Amino acid sequence: MNRREALFSLGAMVASTGVAASAKEMKGYPTHTALSADHLPKPRMGGALRVFTDETDRKTLHAVIDRLIPADAYGPSASEAGCLEFIDDQLAGDYGAGTALYLQKPLHPENEEAIMGAPQFLSTPRERYDSGLKALEAYAQATWGGAFHALSPDQIDEILTGLEAGTIDLGAGVNGQAFFELMLQNTREGYLADPIYGGNRDMAGWKMIGFPGARYDYRPYVERRGEALNLSPVSLIPND
Amino acid sequence: MANTRPKADVVIVGLGWAGSVMAEELTRAGLNVLAIERGAWRDTSTDFPPAVDPDELRWHTRRKLLQPMSVETTTFRNRSGQTAAPVRNWSAYQFGWNVGGAGTHWAGMSWRFTPWDFEVASQTADRYGASRLAGLRDDGLLLQDWGVTYQEMEADYDRFERIAGTSGKAGYLNGEKVPGGNVFEGMRKREYPTPPLKDTHWMSIYRETTQSMGYNPFTIPAGNISQAYVNPLGVTMGPCTYCGFCDFHGCGNFSKSSPQACVLPALMRRPNFTVLTETEVLHAVKHEDGKTVTGVNCVTRDGETFFQPADIVCITAYQMDNVRLMLLSQIGEQYDPATMRGTIGRNYNYQTCASVSGFFSGAKMNPFIGGGALGVQIDDFNGDNFDHSDLDFIGGAGIMGYSTNGRPIQNMNGLRPGHKRWGSDWKQAYARDYQEAANIFVQGTSMPTRGAYLSLDPNYKDRHGQPLLSLTFDWNENDRKMAAWTTQKATQTMQEAGGEAISSDNQAAESWNPYKQHSSHTIAGLEMGADPTTSALNPYLQSWDCHNVFSVGASAFPNNGGYNPTLTVGALAIRAARAIHQTYVNNPGPLVEA
Repeated sequence: MNRREALFSLGAMVASTGVAASAKEMKGYPTHTALSADHLPKPRMGGALRVFTDETDRKTLHAVIDRLIPADAYGPSASEAGCLEFIDDQLAGDYGAGTALYLQKPLHPENEEAIMGAPQFLSTPRERYDSGLKALEAYAQATWGGAFHALSPDQIDEILTGLEAGTIDLGAGVNGQAFFELMLQNTREGYLADPIYGGNRDMAGWKMIGFPGARYDYRPYVERRGEALNLSPVSLIPND
Repeated sequence: MANTRPKADVVIVGLGWAGSVMAEELTRAGLNVLAIERGAWRDTSTDFPPAVDPDELRWHTRRKLLQPMSVETTTFRNRSGQTAAPVRNWSAYQFGWNVGGAGTHWAGMSWRFTPWDFEVASQTADRYGASRLAGLRDDGLLLQDWGVTYQEMEADYDRFERIAGTSGKAGYLNGEKVPGGNVFEGMRKREYPTPPLKDTHWMSIYRETTQSMGYNPFTIPAGNISQAYVNPLGVTMGPCTYCGFCDFHGCGNFSKSSPQACVLPALMRRPNFTVLTETEVLHAVKHEDGKTVTGVNCVTRDGETFFQPADIVCITAYQMDNVRLMLLSQIGEQYDPATMRGTIGRNYNYQTCASVSGFFSGAKMNPFIGGGALGVQIDDFNGDNFDHSDLDFIGGAGIMGYSTNGRPIQNMNGLRPGHKRWGSDWKQAYARDYQEAANIFVQGTSMPTRGAYLSLDPNYKDRHGQPLLSLTFDWNENDRKMAAWTTQKATQTMQEAGGEAISSDNQAAESWNPYKQHSSHTIAGLEMGADPTTSALNPYLQSWDCHNVFSVGASAFPNNGGYNPTLTVGALAIRAARAIHQTYVNNPGPLVEA
């Protein structure tokens, strides 16, 4: 069963045929007991990137996330685990459009930041990636005289460290520290979320920490004391 | 309004725990009840079965069961004089957004408040002297009794526990203290409906440690129930599987107490019950007499407006919305901290919380084995369970070793101090600390103050153009001292348990803001009480100002206990509903003379 078939089986397209005239014939999953349409999983279906269509933006983000999560003895890099596709898919949907956010004006940035203890935004996550990645590229060009993605790992780490500490100014309109936090959050989400969303490929993030995934019953294990249970992880999508 | 629906005996505004429990009582008494819910219909098999429920990103990180800020948010400032700012992003608040309300996605911690919590003012005076109480009031604390005692609430608590199937072990049963239960609880008339949940590895360590320190550990009462159970409404629940996807999630096992699992299967089959979903109540409409309301004005998802007439209006939305609806309906008078006049929005308080983290080298805590209400607690330092004679605060906190979840995104910063949150350093640290971390939660009382209150925001509006609710709040000195003292107790316990690299996060140590909190428990604004000059509702949850308006929620708590609020909300709902069908409908008018 492939991913698409597996998802449809949750509530949409199972057919049967009737023979006897008095038999109760059913076609399609009964709507009253099917999963609500808006609660069906919304997996990344594969295919081309939808948000990071600009090659420079894509290369910049690729370079960033592979320093946030590099390949090492603990697991693959962020891009190897699918985090670029994950972030792209998240930004293409409700999350990227900020549909849950309260974005009504007025915004008094200094007042809102002081009261909330962190900068507040009227822009959506998708817009913040667009402006942030372009600002990172401009910063690299101005400071190092080259493209961001061509910088060495140490140079990128230096920039990320400066962004995290708030000591690098990315220019008007982009809060570098907040943009760092956004990329860090989304990259690690991609590494640790269910693989249904395109990241955490081969459940590498879960294997790194020993999380068994979408299992739903630990009653046989609750009273075992301090044992390595070595439960292989389970995802919401088929393994094959 | 041109568009008017047929009149109902009772309109329920918001179909969460309070609304569904009230509707159950009132329809059983024969009243024609119509509930109006802003969110959509959600049910176990169609919306959160095991095929979609164990999904951290969707339910916990993106909070898809919660009310988005774009639908309605609140504004916040620490003190008068500041300009309140809107809460634009997800924060500590966890407002419900579906039939079932927050009762669908809650954790399930199912506490009764202690007798002291209901009578903070009089019991403080009785135990420590009238001058102690006067001094606390001079410091700005608005200490007042609830107008109802624990003993009067016991039957209502019992009824709600029976509906919810609550798991636990009694510690004070018919005058007898019972070892293994919470010996500090108010006296119970019977045992819990279902026995306590099992200990995880960390809970067993915490239990042994606190026992050896001379404290009284017990398994916390849980709405993630331990075994199959049929409730008094004839609804069957199944056992909790310790799946670890509980708070912020629905429950696919019919084992988390919720309106879906416990009430709606019976309620929805009653011919005298109707629910309008995806329909928002804008405000209640006052009668010309000024002493009653005639019904509520509503707007559907598609923007159609209508008037719903009713003899009785029960406002049972989330705490914040209960207060906002009263203000938008101009029922009662807005509290003014300068003059102390008015009662709506008064007494605001929160939940004073801290957490303590420790690490156990080489341990396998298996944190993914979890439940929303899975923990072992000591109440030795909660409420007034210990002598405050020589302490410079009142109140206290429950101190809990818990195993709620091992969700990998939520816990990704749960590292020994000194590690980076990225790079190979993060990977190495998280690969180790995911299994070695353990946490203690310190959940404390919270006292209202003169300067903390709710009002309508002058600048920001919701999608319908109505003003947002605005909060003015910061921690008070009493609660800061309480939190520092109880956090120290929790830290000592973690040390005694053998935890290393211990760190604590006392939220009251710095100014409150909605993005920093461990707790979602936002309290008061429509406080109940015996004195109409200091309370919005009388002891039957009836508005002092419009006698056919009742409101139930944590909005009615004048102060907060060191416990989660849901069981007390549910018990108050039963109390209010019984007052309506046993007394009010026979002789409509104030149940208590002002």
